[in-house]
Amino acid sequence: MGENKIVSYFRSFRFKDHSLGMAFIILIVIATFVGWPNFLKVRNLTNILRQISYTGIISLGMTLIIISGGIDLSVGSMAAFVGGISIFFLNLFGPTSTLGIVLTFLFALVLGSACGALNGIMVSKFKMAPFIVTLGTMSIFRSLIQYFSNAGTILSVNMDYGKLGSSMFLGLPIPVWCFIIVGLVLHVVLNHTSFGRYLCATGSNEQVAKYSAINIAIVKFLPYVITGFTVGVTAVMWSSRLNCINPSDCAGYEMDAIAAAVIGGTLMSGGKGSIIGTMMGAVMLGIINNMLVMGGISAFLQQAVKGFVIIVAVLLQYNNSNK
Amino acid sequence: MGEPTILLELEGIIKEFSSVRVLDRVSFGIQAGEIMGLIGENGAGKSTLIKIISGIYQKTDGVIRLGGQTTEIPDYITAKKLGIGIVPQEFNLINYLTVYENIFLGSELHKGLLLDKGAMRSEAGAQLKMLKMPLDVNKHVSELSVAEKQMVEIAKAMILDARILIFDEPTTTLTAVEVQTLFDLMRKLKQKGVTMIFVSHKLQEILTICDRVTVLRDGKLVSVDRVEDLTTQTLAKKMVGRDFNQVFPDKIDSTGKPKILEVESLSSGSVIKDISFNLRKGEILGFAGLVGAGRTETMEALMGLRKAEKGSVRIQGKTVKIRSAKDAVAHGLGYISEDRQGKGIVMNYDIPKNISLISLKEKYLKRGLIDKTKEDEASEHYIKEFRIVAASKKSQLRFFSGGNQQKVYLSRWMDTDPSILILDEPTRGIDINSKKEIYEFIHRLAEAEISCIIISSEMEEIIGMCNRVYVMREGRMAGCLEKEQVTEENIVFQATGIKKV
Repeated sequence: MGENKIVSYFRSFRFKDHSLGMAFIILIVIATFVGWPNFLKVRNLTNILRQISYTGIISLGMTLIIISGGIDLSVGSMAAFVGGISIFFLNLFGPTSTLGIVLTFLFALVLGSACGALNGIMVSKFKMAPFIVTLGTMSIFRSLIQYFSNAGTILSVNMDYGKLGSSMFLGLPIPVWCFIIVGLVLHVVLNHTSFGRYLCATGSNEQVAKYSAINIAIVKFLPYVITGFTVGVTAVMWSSRLNCINPSDCAGYEMDAIAAAVIGGTLMSGGKGSIIGTMMGAVMLGIINNMLVMGGISAFLQQAVKGFVIIVAVLLQYNNSNK
Repeated sequence: MGEPTILLELEGIIKEFSSVRVLDRVSFGIQAGEIMGLIGENGAGKSTLIKIISGIYQKTDGVIRLGGQTTEIPDYITAKKLGIGIVPQEFNLINYLTVYENIFLGSELHKGLLLDKGAMRSEAGAQLKMLKMPLDVNKHVSELSVAEKQMVEIAKAMILDARILIFDEPTTTLTAVEVQTLFDLMRKLKQKGVTMIFVSHKLQEILTICDRVTVLRDGKLVSVDRVEDLTTQTLAKKMVGRDFNQVFPDKIDSTGKPKILEVESLSSGSVIKDISFNLRKGEILGFAGLVGAGRTETMEALMGLRKAEKGSVRIQGKTVKIRSAKDAVAHGLGYISEDRQGKGIVMNYDIPKNISLISLKEKYLKRGLIDKTKEDEASEHYIKEFRIVAASKKSQLRFFSGGNQQKVYLSRWMDTDPSILILDEPTRGIDINSKKEIYEFIHRLAEAEISCIIISSEMEEIIGMCNRVYVMREGRMAGCLEKEQVTEENIVFQATGIKKV
C-alpha cells in the first residue's frame, strides 16, 4: 500500500510543478563543485544564511505585499530609519541596561509597523499606486535619518546590544532564527488563515473579493504593516550586529527582497505566492553570491548576475502562466 | 439566373478548447451578396465560429475557402486584408478618440511619416455619408449613443472595402427604432453587393432580415434553410432541440405569501432613481429590461456594493441598514453577479477555496486556522448536489466550462445559507443542459421557501420562470407585470416605451 503511494507519487510527478525545488538542488550541486571543498563547510553555510537573513526577513513581508497586488520600495530606507531611531531610543537607557535592549526590540517592531501602516493607509484608504507611494516614502525615510544623524554614524552606547545580532543559538546566528520563525509564522498565516485566503483572492481579482463580502481595504492594508514589522526585526538585527547604524545602510534591500519573492514563484501581478518559496529564493540568492565570490568573479559583477537571475525567473513564470 | 456563387465555404470546421470540443465538423457555404443568419443558444458555438472566420481564434481542423480558394486566416489583420470585417457585440472603440480616428484605428492613412488627418477625415465623412449616417467625424466617441457607436463600428469595418461583414448580436443593446435603422442600413449594404453574416438568438429578427439561416446547437450544424420555409416555431425547435416547456419547471404561485423584502425609492447617483419593489417568501421574481436599464445597479445598491443616497430596505418587516456586502450577507442576502469571471469566481483557486470564500470565517475556522478537511467535505457535498464535473476538486477553476464555473459560484452563495438569492443573468454563456439544471435548482430553492430574484435579458427565461416581473427602463421602474400579463410583448413595451415594433 505504502509502496503504491510512492509509485503513484512519482508517476504523477511533473517537473513543471517542482521547478523551484529542482533549481534549488541543481544550484547546490553546482555550488558544491565550484566552491569545493569550502562551500559545504558548516562555517560557510552558516555565513550564507546570516548574510541573506537581513533581506530575507523583509522578503517574507514583501511576499504578502506582492500577492496583494502591490509593491514596497521603501523597505531599505525604512530599515535604516527604524534602526537609527531605535539606537537613539536604546541610548536613553545607559550602557548596561538589558531592559533597554528588550524595550528597543519592541520599539523597533512598533515603529516599523507604524511606518508600514503609513504606506498601507495611502495604498488602501487613498487608493494610490503602491509604486509611487513607496517611492515617495523611500525618499522620506532616507532623508529623515540622514537629518537626525547629521549624516554621521549613529553609535549605540549599550555594551550588550551587539551580542544580540552576533551571537549564536543552537548553532545558528540569531538573525537566521528570526528569519526561520517569521517565515514559519507567515507561512501559516498565508496558507491556514482566512486572512491569507482573502489576500490571494484580492490579489487575484479585487472585484471578485469585493463581491464576496471581503473587506479589501483591510486586506490590502495589513501586508504593509506586516512588512513594516519585518523591517523592524531586520533593523534590530542589522544595527546590533555592528552596534551602530550608518544613514546610508540597507540601501538596495528592496531589490533583494523583491528578487527573493519572485525567484520563489510569487507572481508579480499578484494572487499567488509562497513563503517557503521566498525563503528558498532568498537562500538561492545567497548561494549564487557565495559561488561568485569563491569562483573569483569580480564583486562588481554580482549585481549583474542577480539581475539576470531575476529576469530569468520572471520569464519562466510568464511562460508557465501562459500555458 | 445561374447557380449562385459561393463566396465563403466552411468545411468540417472543428474547434477545441483544452480538449473540449465546442465546434464539431461544421460545414456550410455562404453565397455572394446574401444575408446569412446564424442562430443558436448560448454556448452553441456561434461566437466561436465567427471568431474563427475573422481570425481571432484558430480552427483546430477543417478548411475555409474564400472565393473557391483554400484560405488560412491566422489573425485579425489577415482577415481585414481579405475583406472580412466584423461588427463586434462589445464595441472595440476608444472613447477618447474621435469618430474618424476610431474608424481608421489600425489602418491609418499616412503622408510621409506623419498621419494624413485631412484625408482620413474626408474619407471617413464620405463613408458615413454613403452609409447615410448623420455623424460628425470630429466628435469624441464618448459623446455618442450606443446606436451611434455601432454605426462607427460598421463604418470601421467597411472602410477597408469589406466583402463580408459579420454582425455579432448587433441588436442586443438597441431599441426597436434603432433596430429598424440598422436593418435599413443592412439592406443598403446588400444592394451594394456586401455579403453579411447576422448572428442573433432573436428569431423574429432573423426571419425579417436574412435570406437563409444556419442553425447551430451544441457545436454541431443542425440545418441551413431559406427563411421562406421557416416560422418562429420551427426555428425555435431547431435551435433548442426540444420544446420550451420541457426546459422550464412549473411556475410557482406565491400570491398571498408574506413579503420578505421591501425596497422603497432606492436611488444611486444618476444610474438608478426611486426604485421600489417587493419580494415574497418563496417567490421567483423577474427583473426585465434592456441592457443598461439599471437592473444590475439596483441589486448592487441593495447589496451595499454601490453607494445608495436614498431609499429604505425592509427585510421581514424590519428596516435594515446595508453599507457593505458583509452587512448584506449577514441579513441573508446573496448576489450572483452577471460577470462570473470578472466578479464571481477566483480563477486560480480550486473548488473548495472558491466555495468557502464567503462563509470561511463563520463555518471553517478551528482555533483561528482553516479546517481544510471540513472545507473538502463541504465541496464534495456541493459537487454531488450540483453535479459539478471536474477532473479533481483540486483543479483550478480556470480550466472549467462556463456551466461548471457557474455551479461552483452558486455553491459558494448557497454555503452562506441565504434567505434571498439574487441571480443576475444566471445562465449567460452556459450550455443548455447546465441551464436546465440551474432552472430546476432555482425551482427547488423556491420550494424550500428561499426567495429568488432573476435578472435576465433572455425573454424566454423570465417568461418561463417568473410569475411576477418588474420591468426597468433607463434607471427607473417602468412597471410590474403579473401572471397572464407576463408576455414578451408587454415586457418589450415597458422596457422600450415603444408600443409595437
